[in-house]
Amino acid sequence: MFNFNIDFSGEFFAFFSLAICAIVGAVLAINFTKVVHIVMSLAFTFVALAGLYILLNAEFVAFVQVLLYVGAVTILMIFGIMMTKHDGEGQEPARPLLETLAAIGCLCLFGILFFAIRNAEFPAQVAPLPDDNTRAIGLELFSRYAVPFELISVLLTVAFIGAVALAKREEDPQ
Amino acid sequence: MTMLASYLTLAAVLFCVGLYGVLTKRNAIVVLLCIELMLNAANLNLIAFSKYGVIPSLTGQIFSLFTITVAAAEAAVGMAILIVWYRNRVTVNVDEFDELRG
Repeated sequence: MFNFNIDFSGEFFAFFSLAICAIVGAVLAINFTKVVHIVMSLAFTFVALAGLYILLNAEFVAFVQVLLYVGAVTILMIFGIMMTKHDGEGQEPARPLLETLAAIGCLCLFGILFFAIRNAEFPAQVAPLPDDNTRAIGLELFSRYAVPFELISVLLTVAFIGAVALAKREEDPQ
Repeated sequence: MTMLASYLTLAAVLFCVGLYGVLTKRNAIVVLLCIELMLNAANLNLIAFSKYGVIPSLTGQIFSLFTITVAAAEAAVGMAILIVWYRNRVTVNVDEFDELRG
């Protein structure tokens, strides 16, 4: 089961270093106590994931990832941090029972996933991806996936209008 | 060990780290960020199958674009709810989010 017959090609080394970056960013985010540090290390993870997407021939998704996650979501979270107070960080009592149970549960889930991945048979693929994938994604989005595309744009508009309506300060009745 | 199995293992690691963060962290902003990390792990799976699957196609990449959009909407709405909550109770601790408890 544990046959690590890895071919040490350049792609594998690129994958390995980017994967290490992603995991280190995520684990540091779990260990930091200051919220700004957590956001920064998760932004590092998102950049490493964008690099992995480029390795997977998904350049368009990689740029969307950088624009949306590293740009929009991280900045949104930083604004959220600036608008709320975080004075009491680190002084709250530890909950060892909950943390141990959560760690055991996550490790069990990872073990199950790991053995499932190990035991899965991945058949050889039949055809390569198209080269010019940004153009191909554009053509697919506006022909075959036109209806889901419009639906998702409606969802995005509704969500943003809802967010503005929620966060708008209510005026005094007088 | 094929490349696909390596990508799937990395996604499993990221998902479990995100799940641990969601379960143990108390700051609501950190919980939102850990949910984003879990969604990213799912995206990594979709894109890995789009290249290394049995029939490589762009469907996985297009699906991941949709997932990223939904994640952005979720982050925006979650942050708006958080701001409203903070205005009322001056805290972002998820343990105190018990207004709807019966």
